[in-house]
Amino acid sequence: MTLELFLQHFANGISLGSLYALIAIGYTMVYGILRLINFAHGDIFMMATYFAFFGVLTFNMPWYISFIVAIILTGLLGIGVEKAAYRPLRNSPKISILISAIGVSYLLENLSIVLFDGRPKPFPTPNIFADVINIGNISIQRLTFIIPVVTIILLFLLLFLVNNTKSGMAMRAVSKDQETAQLMGVDVNSTISFTFGIGSMLAAIGGLMWALKFPQIQPLMGVMPGLKCFIAAVIGGIGNIKGAVIGGFLLGIGEILLVAFLPSLSGYRDAFAFILLILILLFKPTGIMGEKIAEKV
Amino acid sequence: MKRKKYNIIFSVILIILLFVILYFAKLYLDDYKSRILNLCAIYTILGLSLNLINGFTGLFSLGHAGFMAIGAYTTALLTMPIPIKEQNFFMAPLISPLDKIVWPFLPSLILGGILAAFVAFLIGAPVLRLKGDYLAIATLGFSEIIRVIFTNTQRLTNGALGLKGIPNTTNLFWSFGIAVITLIVMILLINSSYGRAFKAIREDEIAAENMGINLFKHKILAFTIGAFFAGIGGGLLGNLIGAIDPLMFRFFLTYNILLIIVLGGMGSITGTVISAFIITISMEALRFLDESINLGFFTIRGIPGLRMVVFSVLLMMVILFFRNGLMGNKEITLDILANKLSKKPLTKGGVKR
Amino acid sequence: MKKIATLLAIILTISTLFAGCSKKEQQTSSSNSNSDVIKIGVFEPMTGANAAGGALEIEGIKLANELYPEVLGKKVELVLVDNKSDKVEAANAAARLTQKEKVTVILGSWGSSLSMAAGDIVRKAQIPAIGTSCTNPLVTKGNDYYFRVCFIDPFQGTVMANYAYSKLGAKKAAIVQEVSNDYAVGLAKFFTDSFKELTGDPNCIVAVSNYNTGDQDFSAQLTNIKSANPDVIFAPGNFTESALLIKQARQLGIKAPFIGGDTWETPEFVTIGKEAVEGATFSTFFTSEKPITKESEKFLEAFRKKYNHEPAAVAALGYDAYILALDAIKRAGTTDSVKVRDEIAKTKDFEGAAGKISLDENGDAVKNAVIKTVKEGKFTYLDTIEPKK
Repeated sequence: MTLELFLQHFANGISLGSLYALIAIGYTMVYGILRLINFAHGDIFMMATYFAFFGVLTFNMPWYISFIVAIILTGLLGIGVEKAAYRPLRNSPKISILISAIGVSYLLENLSIVLFDGRPKPFPTPNIFADVINIGNISIQRLTFIIPVVTIILLFLLLFLVNNTKSGMAMRAVSKDQETAQLMGVDVNSTISFTFGIGSMLAAIGGLMWALKFPQIQPLMGVMPGLKCFIAAVIGGIGNIKGAVIGGFLLGIGEILLVAFLPSLSGYRDAFAFILLILILLFKPTGIMGEKIAEKV
Repeated sequence: MKRKKYNIIFSVILIILLFVILYFAKLYLDDYKSRILNLCAIYTILGLSLNLINGFTGLFSLGHAGFMAIGAYTTALLTMPIPIKEQNFFMAPLISPLDKIVWPFLPSLILGGILAAFVAFLIGAPVLRLKGDYLAIATLGFSEIIRVIFTNTQRLTNGALGLKGIPNTTNLFWSFGIAVITLIVMILLINSSYGRAFKAIREDEIAAENMGINLFKHKILAFTIGAFFAGIGGGLLGNLIGAIDPLMFRFFLTYNILLIIVLGGMGSITGTVISAFIITISMEALRFLDESINLGFFTIRGIPGLRMVVFSVLLMMVILFFRNGLMGNKEITLDILANKLSKKPLTKGGVKR
Repeated sequence: MKKIATLLAIILTISTLFAGCSKKEQQTSSSNSNSDVIKIGVFEPMTGANAAGGALEIEGIKLANELYPEVLGKKVELVLVDNKSDKVEAANAAARLTQKEKVTVILGSWGSSLSMAAGDIVRKAQIPAIGTSCTNPLVTKGNDYYFRVCFIDPFQGTVMANYAYSKLGAKKAAIVQEVSNDYAVGLAKFFTDSFKELTGDPNCIVAVSNYNTGDQDFSAQLTNIKSANPDVIFAPGNFTESALLIKQARQLGIKAPFIGGDTWETPEFVTIGKEAVEGATFSTFFTSEKPITKESEKFLEAFRKKYNHEPAAVAALGYDAYILALDAIKRAGTTDSVKVRDEIAKTKDFEGAAGKISLDENGDAVKNAVIKTVKEGKFTYLDTIEPKK
């Protein structure tokens, strides 16, 4: 393998990894607070792309306005989902909430098949994202530079939000112990709503970036990215925002390099993420950055 | 004691009656109806096996589709006649010795179950140390890995082309016979000391361990038995449809079975059986939602996909408002029925939502 | 034990109820078959991954039904069922058509694997099925009751290999296939065989890459292909994935032409791929630019009037399947499905919208293939390839 080829693969890996990282942040935030795998995260991500799609095509909004509207709507959708499907079950066994999450995901998928029709739709890509930059023989889409920047900016914003603001403090308190937090005067319900809103908006940003990079949207588009980004979050240590970013990059680059070095295994690419997940769970269940959680009796 | 004897006799009579009815059903029902009935029985088997893992032992596993795939492929590859195998594997020949053997249905089915159980055993050893949602996602991952492997092993599974022309051996006797056997095994298992250990693990792992229950042994037992029946169910399904491919065994298939046990009640055998029938039949009955209805003077346009929306709404309602499903972890028993008939009309006990 | 007993009692009651209901229904349906309606089943994916293709075929079938609403003096009623792009559902749907609806002929489906799932059911029920665009050879093989109005993959693979070799002058080809799609895998194999024969070079396939249905990132596979530097890239697969694939290939600076199969001919292929898919070339069944038969003209005119857009090839195939079925019923003079089946098998030089159809001993249509390319965002006719006699 020539250096040039390797660099091209590496650039591809960074590009995919930063997308995974972006979506994994949202996953990890929700998990960090609620200890719940939000199976519907991928579907919320899908809904965001449809909001933006209709914003641009039906309401003729300029893309940036339509994106902002889509992000806000998705945040509201996330809050709604939490209110309707998770809040009533907060004191039920964990399995019930998990099933509820699967149910929400199933419902969103089927609903969008009926509402938006199962056929894939082309996602409008403004030219400023689609242009290709050539460095020597290596071709890189401009988006490849934008996505990591967005990811890093969001990472710092989130770290600031969680560590240095009042709502962030409330979030951390709820994540440690809901009951005690409540007793200390934290409004648990609105904190969780807020977290879900932020998490869903992150999913929306991830979804929009995803749709810009792979300009085609359809009702089941969120399923695989959803699972893979969850895996990225677990690899990094679920609940840990920096870990999610690292996990996302590791997974993206790993997937690409697997195909690069072992082309005959390219059909197994989807299995790679799951194998990685199981290995991590077995040998370092808390992930790369995760802290050890003592089991409560 | 007298009562127990009476119960056994009664059960035997019922089983005989069931098969007599099946005999007539087979004579009089057309292919479409008996296909649905077959599916009901197969989904009962699948639901019971998933309920053993998820409902009774409290291990949230989402790997059923993978085990079914193993069972379905094993059974199909063993029962297919040699000329049909040659026809199917036109891209690359089937590896030997599979291309030369043809087994009868029952041994193939059992081997399918055993292989699924064996894989579950191998997977279970590491994975069952995980808990809750981690276990869920790890088992889901495994079933996806199995599917990806099956897609890529052209000479073993025919890859994406799938298998076609699998002998349609599955009929009402096979499916209901095996469903009844599964039912009996489950009930005996649940009421044995193992069953009580399973339930103890579900209620509180740490307490169970302190009571001297070997957590790992029991978890892997439940997981393996569940996978065994999943494999058998998969085999029956493959030979019912006559054609399989890896895409059939995506995790959506697991979701369907999960829907059955959630609706029926996690931890209720009766509930699983009832809801397997309800869901399978209503999936078909609700087809009218997808189709145009002609009322003579005007036509209501059907919306394709509406049926699945109705189903997901139903699932959400069950989850949110009837948290325990139809039956919770209760069962309908003969005693309750007898009491009801002899004493007071429907008030307490048995059926509660 | 008592639980078992109770459960059995429940199963019993349910199954008796079920059996009871079904008897009633049977009576009604048998009375139906004596009425003045001839039922034709349409077996297509209306939801799920293949919904787009299914919708196109249904357009054609519905149009044919409007133009030819009657046969043997009876009205033809279309019974549409959704096979949900899923095998279990497909088998149920087919059983429903054969048993409950008691149709005379079944038309469909888009997607070979779905047709295969229905294969055994139509054979057992002895109701003939006419495939629209299922091109996998296995669909009709060993099944006397499955026919089709389209050509099959081995022919299509040869056509594209020929095109690559003689028209593009390609000596080295790369293959990117959708490995979880039976259609793509089959086509890739037939292309490979044929291309090797043409070039006489066993190493003429310089790279083979796989991807899965639903994948969206192909950069790694494509970078490998770029380094192999092929003259042409054969990329059979679903239109969505293919459009994204070609788009990414162009972004990576791959200049080699892309060729593929009939699945590309959907509007989404162009709307998603945009300028990247310019010059993508594929084999298909039909072109609206060069009407082949009288029936084509009639079809085109009516189609444009009804739908206000150009028909896709599979719409013409849906149309053909319908008129072939009607013709067979007319020739048989009865709705007896076995006799209709025999008449379908005898079809020779039947004038369809997408060319003359003659069925061979397997029940496969032997007919011309059309090569099209994307030019200025439109599918443009390039060439017609005659079948080998």
